[in-house]
Amino acid sequence: MSTMGSTGSPLNDPAVARRAHRMMLAVLAVIGVLLVVRSYIGTTVGTGEAARNTHGFGMVYVERAEQGFVSERVTETGKDGVAVEVTKWKPVTPGQTPEISWTNWNETTGDAWATASMKDAAQSSIEVSWSRTVGVWAAALLTLCVFSFLWRDNPAYKLAESVVIGVSAGYWMVVALWDTMVPKLVGALAPAWTKANLMPSFDAVGVDWWALVPLGLGLLLLCRLSARASWLGVFPLAFIVGTFAGLKFVQYVEADLVAQVATMFDPLLVVKHQAALGADAATVAASPIDWAGSVGGSLAAILILVGVLSVLAYFFFSAEHKGALGRTAKVGVWYLMITFGASFGFTVMGRIALLAARFEFVFDDWLWLIDPAGKH
Amino acid sequence: MASNPHNSDARHGTFLSRLDSIDRRWIFLMMALAVAGPIIWVGITGKTFPETPTPAVQGAFDAIERLPEGSRVLVSFDFDPASAGELQPMATAIIHHCAMRKLRICGMTLWAPGGPLIGATFTDVIGNDPSYVYGVNFVDLGYQAGNEGVMKQVGTDFPRAFPSDARSTPFAQVPMLKDIHKLTDFDLLVSVSAGYPGSKEWIQYGVSPTMTGGKPLPFVAGATGVQTPQLIPYYPGQMAGVLGAIKGAAEYESLVNTKLRSMDSGKPIAPKFQEAQRRMAPQLVAHVLMVGLIVVGNVIYFAGRRKGAHV
Amino acid sequence: MSRTVAAIVASIAGLVMVLTAFVQPLGFLGSAVVDWFNVLAAIAFVLGGANLLKMNLMKISAREAGWGYSAVTLAAFLLTLAVGILKVGVHPDALHPNVAFSGDKEAVGAPFWWLYEYAMSPITSTLFALLAFYVASAAFRAFRAKNTAAILLLGTAFIVLLGRVYVGVLITSWIPADNAWVAWLRLENLSSIIMSVFNNAGTRAMMIGIAIGVAATSLKILVGLDRSYLGQGD
Repeated sequence: MSTMGSTGSPLNDPAVARRAHRMMLAVLAVIGVLLVVRSYIGTTVGTGEAARNTHGFGMVYVERAEQGFVSERVTETGKDGVAVEVTKWKPVTPGQTPEISWTNWNETTGDAWATASMKDAAQSSIEVSWSRTVGVWAAALLTLCVFSFLWRDNPAYKLAESVVIGVSAGYWMVVALWDTMVPKLVGALAPAWTKANLMPSFDAVGVDWWALVPLGLGLLLLCRLSARASWLGVFPLAFIVGTFAGLKFVQYVEADLVAQVATMFDPLLVVKHQAALGADAATVAASPIDWAGSVGGSLAAILILVGVLSVLAYFFFSAEHKGALGRTAKVGVWYLMITFGASFGFTVMGRIALLAARFEFVFDDWLWLIDPAGKH
Repeated sequence: MASNPHNSDARHGTFLSRLDSIDRRWIFLMMALAVAGPIIWVGITGKTFPETPTPAVQGAFDAIERLPEGSRVLVSFDFDPASAGELQPMATAIIHHCAMRKLRICGMTLWAPGGPLIGATFTDVIGNDPSYVYGVNFVDLGYQAGNEGVMKQVGTDFPRAFPSDARSTPFAQVPMLKDIHKLTDFDLLVSVSAGYPGSKEWIQYGVSPTMTGGKPLPFVAGATGVQTPQLIPYYPGQMAGVLGAIKGAAEYESLVNTKLRSMDSGKPIAPKFQEAQRRMAPQLVAHVLMVGLIVVGNVIYFAGRRKGAHV
Repeated sequence: MSRTVAAIVASIAGLVMVLTAFVQPLGFLGSAVVDWFNVLAAIAFVLGGANLLKMNLMKISAREAGWGYSAVTLAAFLLTLAVGILKVGVHPDALHPNVAFSGDKEAVGAPFWWLYEYAMSPITSTLFALLAFYVASAAFRAFRAKNTAAILLLGTAFIVLLGRVYVGVLITSWIPADNAWVAWLRLENLSSIIMSVFNNAGTRAMMIGIAIGVAATSLKILVGLDRSYLGQGD
């Protein structure tokens, strides 16, 4: 996205820039005042006797759930048929003292909190989760920072952009480490250690020395960070490209070429019988053939065949588009325009759905102005 | 001045030229109001529009309706929270429909952020229903890295691709997965996808190989608005049905809720099962705005061209 | 020499993948190659992260314009990496509570989950949502019915945009729905026909063309004719 400004706007004029700056501050001040007023008005949570007003919004309530475990020694028969004694862990039963325990906090509704508080004002099983509440506020403010780009490029947007770049890079690195490198590399080369310390459900069958191949290729890939040794990165790159090429070759030919061409061998003359369509006896007696459906089906099949052939003719650049080929290619262009028009319509639909979802988050989860799903 | 015959032309031209050079931020504001207004209206009134299912959506619905009770359905949640606005209502409606039909549901995902969405959807739809037991009636296999590699692997050796479920229970110890060895052991594959890897790859690696000889795997897809036109050629040859964008989700929800009403007359449908239908209101206003903007833009263009021809 | 060896590596890897599709007993080879591919892709993420670190550190040390934002990026990156790799705040798995790292890294409530749920996801979603505004602005400024092709495109867009919402049903509600000879003229049905006939034909033809292109390009890579992915060199 390039630097924005209104079309032809003389933002280089200091007087105009100052006025725009003051207007921005005024808008922010109005938004701030509205938020304070909203907070003061509050929201009623709970129903009936439990109803109470909370002077705030965007809060997340959580319910405490304690988990405790005790161990026991059991005898199991391993894969080699030898009986071994292993330690198994099971949830603690009432009366038992857990050896290991922790507290889970599960999201709940404001209504649940109001009801619990009505029964016992000092209860601590349902409370406001400040970390998640701060999270909702952070998400809302970051959303507004990104929306501010619609006005023009500004530090708030740049801040949000920097945050998402950093967090995304970190997120995907963590996913790559825990979901691929640990099971497929560390687990392959040190299966017992991985099972004991990182992934107890890992199937430790034995050391797979072939895992040294991708490890070696990966280290060569990391050489791209060095200017002198970057040429070594060409080998893992070649492996990636070759594998991808081989994978895609078969699947594209099978699913997108052969299967799609096979679909074209459908009858062009379609006859739909009323009986086969499940029509009642009177309709079948009056007219055994569904003429409208048959004409429609036949026309559709012909139009599809003409369309596919004419679009393929348009994309055939080995011969000049003149004469019969030219006229066919022109029909192909018309089909393509209709295709692009339909794609445009669906793309608009998709983007508006995403925008609607963001607004729903702002109005529902943050501002608590609406509650269509009864979440709070 | 008042009697000048060119006055109206000058005022007309000035108005159109002002409209033509309108700051695009006014258009942004119009779009914001077109989406925000209906959201607040629907949020307060709870009103939705009626939906008539299209053949592709009806096909998806019928594919699940045809399955006998106890059939096993593999649902791949190939999307992340960023696309959940369009796809979560689809996923919820599909799980809801499967639960109503008493089918056994197996959830999985090839998108790392999609893992938590499976559990959240099961909790939202099934909740604490005592007739639906984890491991017996539904299971969460979680996320598996590998994209098409996983799709190829489940075609021949499912347990190798997913050694355990999301709760670390070994595959063979999950009651409903005991005799699952490969993908075609499932009775239906459903993919709700936002991009790559998604429905297209499932067709290429999972469904197409089953079409030639043996048992073709029935497949239903749910896709975003951007992806839907690319999936249409696969219907109905390689797909039983497709839910396209939020409209497809709304149509499917409508079908499922109609069935629910017929089973449980008088009981109101929970708002969580009408999410897509609620989102159609902002779609309507925004679409009308888009059409209006295109029309006005062309009116300005042609008026300017005609004025240029007269000069 | 290195380019020749690299091209041979690419050919062998690709041919193994093709062979496993036709020779079932070689399926294990295909699985192994795919596993190696995934490990390499994961290491590529490490490469990307290291590059991000390097570029932003250089920007901060040189005090280039906007270095403050680089600092924010680095702080966010390192924080996410730390809480994710160390699984900070993640409870162990219920079946193995004695193994500290056995829990799901994206466990709800943990700091890594918090960063994804309240920082990464909302910003990414909002960036996508911004496109709705730009689509509206582009539609007003650029969509002109100048020729037949443009008229077809715009006309189709109108039918699809209106036919996919309730207003389309209302506009043509006067056309009888039970008369199959005219019911297809209703906007919602026209929209369906456009998708199932015209869009189907156009997309199918493009898919066939793309499949042929992918097959040709893949074959050129597999036989070593195309080495452009190796860059310039010996």
